[in-house]
Amino acid sequence: MGDGPITARSVASNAAADGAKDVAPILIGVIPFGLITGVAAGASVLGDGLGWAMSFIIFAGAAQLATIELFDAGAVTAVIIATALVINSRHMMYSAALAPSFGAFSARWRFGLPYLLTDQAFAVSLLRFQDVTDATYRRWYYLGGAISLWITWQVTTAAGVVFGAVIPDAWNLGFAIPLVFLALLIPAVTSRPGLVAATVGAGIAIAAAGAPYTTGLIIGAVAGIAAGMIAERWWS
Amino acid sequence: MSPFAVVLVIGLGTYVIRLSFIGIVGARPVPEWAAAPLRYVAPAVLAALIAPAVMLNGGTLDLSPASNPRFLAAVLAGLAVWRLGNVIWAVIVGMGSLWLLQWLL
Repeated sequence: MGDGPITARSVASNAAADGAKDVAPILIGVIPFGLITGVAAGASVLGDGLGWAMSFIIFAGAAQLATIELFDAGAVTAVIIATALVINSRHMMYSAALAPSFGAFSARWRFGLPYLLTDQAFAVSLLRFQDVTDATYRRWYYLGGAISLWITWQVTTAAGVVFGAVIPDAWNLGFAIPLVFLALLIPAVTSRPGLVAATVGAGIAIAAAGAPYTTGLIIGAVAGIAAGMIAERWWS
Repeated sequence: MSPFAVVLVIGLGTYVIRLSFIGIVGARPVPEWAAAPLRYVAPAVLAALIAPAVMLNGGTLDLSPASNPRFLAAVLAGLAVWRLGNVIWAVIVGMGSLWLLQWLL
């Protein structure tokens, strides 16, 4: 915080700077994720333009990668849309957790801020909001962190689209996609039912790999979710 | 539906999910019928995305390092993430071991 009089404007700029500073270490993980998503998008049937436009239309890495893979596999429209929205359904939990902090903002803020919602912006904001209750600070802190992530995502996916074209196929860069998912999966398994959900999701996705209309992924995901819920009841 | 329209529908749907409680429902707890499945979305979906990509070779299960080095490379990448905790290590260790295994075998 500066030494001058505490005005709404100085609170806002300090808060935005704090948000950007707190997501900075997380960007180290976002940069390779964005590059790989861009490379995959550029090499897919979507092509460079739409492959990159996904980054600001959808703005959610795992859903973008799954969408790219399903388009390449020739999946039908309903399967592509359902899979991407199931992957992004976790954002409903984030929206619910942030609603008490954001609920009193004007409509412009309440309808604008959710576009920028990501796993990372959610995580840093929820942590900071435990200590700071000032509404102006909260919205600018979130905005500072979320916009840093948004800019990083747009720039790195665009760079991936551009440079992906010159990377030789022999490098098997497509293998980086499951590796990125693996880096997201391991911290997401935080309980025994979570482990059951992941194991069943993986097993059923393999068993259903040949299912018609490339529905193997969504069948595996739904089976894993159901198994996690059953395991939770079993152990409670 | 054109690919652009599909992407647009996913984008709009994602925005509505993000907006749900902040903009529409308001500060209310998530009902348990919705919260219970949402707890397992991330592990189930991610595992369902990963497993076929690293454990299948031409559509059949193949965990042999000789014919499907992607599986062993993914196991090593998983150990690296578990110990070192950053996405960049998954990519470095996983890609590095895939290239090494392909060169060795």
